Amino acid sequence: MSKTITIDGKKIPFSEGQTIMEAATEAGVYIPHLCHNPDYEPHGSCKLCTVSVNGRNCTACTFPAMDGQEVISESRELEHDRQRITQMLFVEGNHFCPGCEKTGNCQLQAVAYHLNMLDNHFPHFFADREVDASHPDILIDHNRCIFCTLCVRASREKDGKNVFAISGRGINKHLIVNSASGKLGDSDIDVNDCAAHICPTGAILIKRQGYRIPIGQRIYDHKEINEVALEQEREGHGG
Amino acid sequence: MADKIRVATTSLAGCFGCHMSFLDIDERMLQLAESVEFDRSPITDIEHCTNCDIGLIEGGVCNSENVHVLREFRKNCKILVAVGACAVNGGLPAMRNHIDLEDCLKEAYIDGIGVENAQIPSDPELPLLLNQVHPIHEIVKIDYFLPGCPPSADVFWKFLTDLLAGREPELPYELVHYD
Repeated sequence: MSKTITIDGKKIPFSEGQTIMEAATEAGVYIPHLCHNPDYEPHGSCKLCTVSVNGRNCTACTFPAMDGQEVISESRELEHDRQRITQMLFVEGNHFCPGCEKTGNCQLQAVAYHLNMLDNHFPHFFADREVDASHPDILIDHNRCIFCTLCVRASREKDGKNVFAISGRGINKHLIVNSASGKLGDSDIDVNDCAAHICPTGAILIKRQGYRIPIGQRIYDHKEINEVALEQEREGHGG
Repeated sequence: MADKIRVATTSLAGCFGCHMSFLDIDERMLQLAESVEFDRSPITDIEHCTNCDIGLIEGGVCNSENVHVLREFRKNCKILVAVGACAVNGGLPAMRNHIDLEDCLKEAYIDGIGVENAQIPSDPELPLLLNQVHPIHEIVKIDYFLPGCPPSADVFWKFLTDLLAGREPELPYELVHYD
């Protein structure tokens, strides 16, 4: 007989070694997330997928599913926490959606829509962050980096290059590039690398294609991220 | 007949795009006018906001006059609403927050292409600029937020009709946009 967990009262089967997130995704249950992508090692940094497991909070993307677990994901408290976490991401960086070419295709924005986030609640940091346009085909706008490390993982795990890393702690945390100058243009990243395409926000962009699909006709202009994520991630591709 | 709901609107550090979007409710404005009366707003040209039920604020806070107007609205409006990206998070005007104010003024009034009679405006009647542009919730308490650049006419309509009907305003997914 297969082992099961329950998520919000719904019985969900899982196979040995699966995380709660993997079991949920396979069963068509969406748990909000940003740093999780099924194609990469879990990182557990964004904390959006925080769920209550047998009364204790933990991240669904890193916590193993175990027989008989009672998982709560859609409680009022957890949804409130997720909204606050997303608001913190917005005020820590400089996310000006009307001026960002990723708008409508941005997972950070889409998660915020999904959580019905109408304001940023906290005072804004307006942190000074740089733009690195030194690469001929790829742009980094550090204003939009949420430190999900998907580019770090993609470069290491898929591209075999180790182009990116996170340096510093707390407010001094920042994305660094593995080149003598620290500039992307001097690194060995290529426009076809997975790391160049994995960013969930507008922090890493491919140049000269930002407005090919007009605003208003983009992914999350019409579809909620829960539908999109489940469609893509159940097939085993994180998009 | 019951008194009409009094609504005031203003634009702080904004482009008036949110007001234009509000006007896009088109003929529904006539239906709104049956239950709403405008106090201070570009439509009435009233200089100061008086006792109102709803205050709609477009734009962020970039100078001393913005602070003054915002506080006047908070004092006089029972319900204060941040309208549009600039009011909600500073919006595009807040993109100057990383540029030194003096450099900003020099670029605009001294070094800018085509500038004649180069001088930084210094008339004492001009409101003093703040070092940074701020969203309005950092200055006063805000009751509701309508994101968007601008929020669509349907957002204004849904929000106001909910409120006027005594319902807690709710925006469905398709009406929530930050761009």
